[in-house]
Amino acid sequence: MLYDIFVDPFVQMYQMPDFFLQVLWEGFVAGILYALIALGFVLIFKASGVFNFAQGIMVVFAGLTLVGLHENGVPAFVALGLTIVVMGVLAYGIERVVMRPLVNQPDIILLMATIGLTYFLIGFGEFIFGGEPKRMIAEELWLPTGSTAFEFGERGLVILQHIDIAAAVIAIIMVAALGIFFNKTRIGRALRAVADDHQAALSVGISLNQIWAIVWFAAGLVALATGIMWGARSDVSFALEIVAFKALPVLILGGFTSIPGAIIGGLIIGFGEKIGELYWGGLVGGGIESWLAYIIALIFLLFRPQGLFGEKIIERV
Amino acid sequence: MFYREAGQFKTSYQSDQAMFPILQDRIGMAVILAVAFIVVPLTANDFFLTSIMIPFLVFSLAAIGLNVLTGFCGQLSLGTGAFMGVGAYAAYKLTTIFPDVNVVLFVLISGFFSAGIGAIFGLPSLRIKGLYLAVTTLAAQFFLEWCFIRIPWLYNDNASGAIEVPKREMFGVIVSGAEATPLARYFVVLGITVFIAFLIANVLRGRIGRSWMMIRDMDIAAELMGIRPLQTKLMAFAVSSYICGVAGAMMVFFWLNAAEPSSYSINLSFQILFMVILGGLGSLSGAFLGAAFIWILPVMLKFIPSAIGLEIGAETVEHLTFMVVGGLIIFFLIVEPHGFARLWQIAKQKLRVWPFPY
Repeated sequence: MLYDIFVDPFVQMYQMPDFFLQVLWEGFVAGILYALIALGFVLIFKASGVFNFAQGIMVVFAGLTLVGLHENGVPAFVALGLTIVVMGVLAYGIERVVMRPLVNQPDIILLMATIGLTYFLIGFGEFIFGGEPKRMIAEELWLPTGSTAFEFGERGLVILQHIDIAAAVIAIIMVAALGIFFNKTRIGRALRAVADDHQAALSVGISLNQIWAIVWFAAGLVALATGIMWGARSDVSFALEIVAFKALPVLILGGFTSIPGAIIGGLIIGFGEKIGELYWGGLVGGGIESWLAYIIALIFLLFRPQGLFGEKIIERV
Repeated sequence: MFYREAGQFKTSYQSDQAMFPILQDRIGMAVILAVAFIVVPLTANDFFLTSIMIPFLVFSLAAIGLNVLTGFCGQLSLGTGAFMGVGAYAAYKLTTIFPDVNVVLFVLISGFFSAGIGAIFGLPSLRIKGLYLAVTTLAAQFFLEWCFIRIPWLYNDNASGAIEVPKREMFGVIVSGAEATPLARYFVVLGITVFIAFLIANVLRGRIGRSWMMIRDMDIAAELMGIRPLQTKLMAFAVSSYICGVAGAMMVFFWLNAAEPSSYSINLSFQILFMVILGGLGSLSGAFLGAAFIWILPVMLKFIPSAIGLEIGAETVEHLTFMVVGGLIIFFLIVEPHGFARLWQIAKQKLRVWPFPY
């Protein structure tokens, strides 16, 4: 038993390096996708302190809108543009209808409101586009779909899907763009000011409502990118919603307010999950992917409650 | 006018500390109990009992359980569904191992298993709070759900992977299993729910309940005043999980007859949380009101289109129900963040001063 836990997996890793590399790559890709969802959470949490449970469903909703429009005869890139418009309208609507009347309510009420929003968007999305899984229009958006196999060692083979590489590249571009946006533009500075202190930001003339609409829109764009990437790997369906909960342990690892934290946390969870599942999962009957991420986060919390890059929590009576 | 306590003098400590010190409350409670125990069984048909009243009571009890933790002790939990599942599986194992013992006894005992597991997953609450705690309870949710699927011993190696409730009798009446009449189930569920609700109402008035509320309002201050956070928080987790476990066991034994791991998924946790929030955090009557709203509304919505002569497919109705429920949740959160319990308080105040505005 001890041998199975402490020795055997490592021996396997050493003996079959190609398989190990493949597992690492899978973990990397899964991590990128978790990180993208977590990024949407972080954007909204930073600016408004709202923990947006609806981010997962926004990913599905964005993907569905894109695919649904294309199915109805809209050219792919026009559909993409229209989806961006839809996400903008959604962001404005959420700010106007849900967030503005709930300013200054306790966290849990805002959390519940976003879960209510999740229900609403599930119903709305299914009502318009139907509940069955849809295929993402990857080729039409000029995303590569093939795969490349690398010879590795003497008999090994590592297969990389092009779409995964594209996902990684897009994620990196997006994080860089957000970094520039936050640090170099006027609106970005206003966003950071709001994140620091709502009242101080108000007093120097920053419009909170406008900022929140922008932030929800940015989160909507991140959701759209995630939806495309995820949809290209598997179909666009509401099953994704459960996977989106994985963003929570990612946030715990990375810290609720840190964009690099979201990325690194996502990668840690992605790697940990795949390696744990493939090398240790068999010992307890498999399927441990569904909870391993939470347990990692739980253990992590005991030692560092504020996450890797989070701000230290100071409590006063 | 209708709800005026003026002139009701309390002349002893006993009457001062009574559960319902006001005459109108006593009458109201008696009327509610009379309706529940006498009028409903006499008038309701089987459909009303099985698809509205029994689930309503089960969910009310679960909402009370979560309310103890979230509303009274201030610890957010998203693992309610899994704790209910623990109760259900524990009761199932017990009753298949000891078939001769009264099933109601096992339903009540199964809560203790749930309480133990709840206390273990409550341990992180000593270091973390709020949304972080929500994530650790999510860990409980997904881990326990995985256990229900992957440990065949829990469901006696059934091929289907589901637990099916065997036929059990109590005092010669079949109370669980497919042959049990809705009326028998209803009385058992009602009895357990009322019993636990009164029990917990008294716990909440006492020392334990007040120490929970101190922890909720400000944990550091409570600690300084001599409340031990470890015991208090774990106690809240244990009591809450106990009630949820009993509710979960009742759910499968007296309502569903069979349950799969997916019956106790995260969606159930959210449903219960909605009941607590919409009903009102920290209010027992709120738990009942919230359960009534969240459970009965979708059932009603299913019948509205056919009632007004619209021909809509079942799927569309399902989608619309989701939309309407989500929209109403947001609406009620905006209109009254303190839940239906607060609305009831406002109504009481209006009744008190009627017909005058003040």
